[in-house]
Amino acid sequence: MPLRDDDALIDSIVKRYPRSRSAIMPLLHLAQARDGFVTPESIEVIAEKLSLETAEVSAVATFYTQYKRKPVGEYHVGVCTNTLCAVMGGDAIYESILEHLSIENDEVTSDGKVSVEHIECNAACDYAPVVMVNWEFYDNQTVASAKDLVDACRAGNPPAPTRGPNKLPTWKENSEVLAGINDGRANEGVQAGEPTLLGLKIAKEGGK
Amino acid sequence: MSKLTPVLSAFWDEKDSFTIEGYKRNGGYKAIEKALSMAPDDVIKTVKDSGLRGRGGAGFPTGMKWGFIPQGDNKEHYFVVNADESEPGTCKDTPLLMANPHVLIEGIIIGSYAIRANYAFIYIRGEIAHVVRRVQQAIEDAYKAGYLGKNILGKGFDLELVLHVGAGAYICGEETALLDSLEGFRGQPRLRPPFPAIAGLYARPTVVNNVESVASVPSIINNGIEWFSSMGTEKSKGYTLYSLSGHVKNPGQFEAPLGITLRELIEMAGGMRSGHKLKFWTPGGSSTPLFTDAHLDTPLDYEGVAAAGSMLGTKALQIFDETVCVVRAVLRWTEFYKHESCGKCTPCREGTWWLVQILKDLESGKGEAADLDKLLDLCDNIAGRSFCALADGAASPIISSLKYFREEYLEHLRSGGCPFDPAKSTVFELAGSER
Ligand SMILES: Cc1cc2nc3c(=O)[nH]c(=O)nc-3n(C[C@H](O)[C@H](O)[C@H](O)COP(=O)(O)O)c2cc1C
Ligand code: SF4
Ligand code: FES
Repeated sequence: MPLRDDDALIDSIVKRYPRSRSAIMPLLHLAQARDGFVTPESIEVIAEKLSLETAEVSAVATFYTQYKRKPVGEYHVGVCTNTLCAVMGGDAIYESILEHLSIENDEVTSDGKVSVEHIECNAACDYAPVVMVNWEFYDNQTVASAKDLVDACRAGNPPAPTRGPNKLPTWKENSEVLAGINDGRANEGVQAGEPTLLGLKIAKEGGK
Repeated sequence: MSKLTPVLSAFWDEKDSFTIEGYKRNGGYKAIEKALSMAPDDVIKTVKDSGLRGRGGAGFPTGMKWGFIPQGDNKEHYFVVNADESEPGTCKDTPLLMANPHVLIEGIIIGSYAIRANYAFIYIRGEIAHVVRRVQQAIEDAYKAGYLGKNILGKGFDLELVLHVGAGAYICGEETALLDSLEGFRGQPRLRPPFPAIAGLYARPTVVNNVESVASVPSIINNGIEWFSSMGTEKSKGYTLYSLSGHVKNPGQFEAPLGITLRELIEMAGGMRSGHKLKFWTPGGSSTPLFTDAHLDTPLDYEGVAAAGSMLGTKALQIFDETVCVVRAVLRWTEFYKHESCGKCTPCREGTWWLVQILKDLESGKGEAADLDKLLDLCDNIAGRSFCALADGAASPIISSLKYFREEYLEHLRSGGCPFDPAKSTVFELAGSER
């Protein structure tokens, strides 16, 4: 459904807040759930709904890197190349998958399936090097595993995230989650990975 | 006996730790029964007397912050949780929320009650979809159980809690930028004063606290001031999450009393990866000045780290061994600050750009020795002269690396390029390279 016809949902998002303008960010995520990126049309819809100028909505949309102004792939791959992941292998992963897919940063493969972007520290340094697909965690990656991952995405059968739902959602599906809409999959996947549990394990063993 | 003190992490190893059933089975939502029976001011006093300090980086006393909210002012108050976790190296709030979002919600109920707020927000970073799901579900389940909404536990207290998802801007972790972002504007820091306690969200009195700070509150209400303050050091009370990442054998989260040392933590992590030794590390994320192997026994509390010339920050201990080029590491962090500078003030916006240019030249051996002093000079004109602390953070890795590794910068100039082989820092086999 185009954003314009999604009145009920838009209203429910606006109602979350004491002041309507606060709904800009979830509505921009919702716009990406509909079209894959923030179209000029959805800027107009959001401006109308919130009684703002389109320039005010654009100013917000262009400030944040997760809002895209052109289509990304069905599977948007983010490789962490902040310092720690970079030195542990993130740089090598990033370069090798771009070469493997014959695209540049922020480009999409010709079949529209995969796009790649280098990202900043994603709060998972104890699982470095980290790759995100549609903002789901793929922990402890190598050049080989990341190439397999993007190949599987292109073939339409990506493996499940390391810490995430049982099946990798598409970019549009996850954009809806970021708009604050429950997709009912919170209970899927592990509660924690091994590094998260390391200290607890040592404490329970009464070690050191 | 273990030096570790799992409290927040105590049952993360149970498969359903993130569900309301899992949390309640382990004593969850007991603290609100107690807190909502106390006078709000007594809740504030308890948190104050426990000695809990903010875990978001600055270490400001949490109870004191709550006490700044004016009372009887007939205005709405807001309680806002900072779950934007984006400081490079910081990876504690994200696993906490994935494994147990309910402890945060319980802390929010207590905090909101204490400061007389009937509306609360969690501002969570947008690049962690599964964590967003878990928190969203937890909020819905807490509503269903009657812990949120009208007349909570029949005690006459109402609270609405809304999850607000960010969209990829590090600066929105800065509390006033966060508030602008939450109001629907570009996330740029505000001039202070007025502080958020007086004019925060929608110009109303507002508390902004880090996830871990708020999540620590239920344990204090349950177990008491003495229990909490028996852990830690004189001015840094309690337990906290230390996140160890990088070139150790087993990276991970360690919950321990404040004041533990890196030497102890590395031992628990199984030591450095085999055949390698510690070269440099960050005590609290990339914005805190670097340490070296000379600081292995520095007590990791607010005072100990400050006395040794850095900051405890978010206790994000990023460990780099001798294969890592410090110039490469610092350049990459500097590129991060340049990219994340919100552009509001000139020293930061322009200065970080110049820092990147000079560091790039130095890394490729094209610069000259005078550039080192130029870097310091620039840092001097950026840090402390900009609008917010992002700029101070940008200067930290540069100033500290020049203090400990000046020779390494010069070596790049002498050898006309980087003398390090990046393949050696990589933790997996690269085709065609020797490890
Ligand atoms: C550039 C910048 C980024 C920050 N990012 C975060 C963050 O992601 N999470 C956080 O809790 N605090 C962050 N802070 C600190 C907040 O401004 C604020 O001090 C903190 O949320 C207060 O919570 P506390 O008192 O519980 O520590 C950041 C500060 C700066 C200057
Ligand atoms: S110091 Fe940098 S991030 Fe902070 S307000 Fe100025 S330009 Fe923005
Ligand atoms: S540096 Fe990559 S997740 Fe932190």
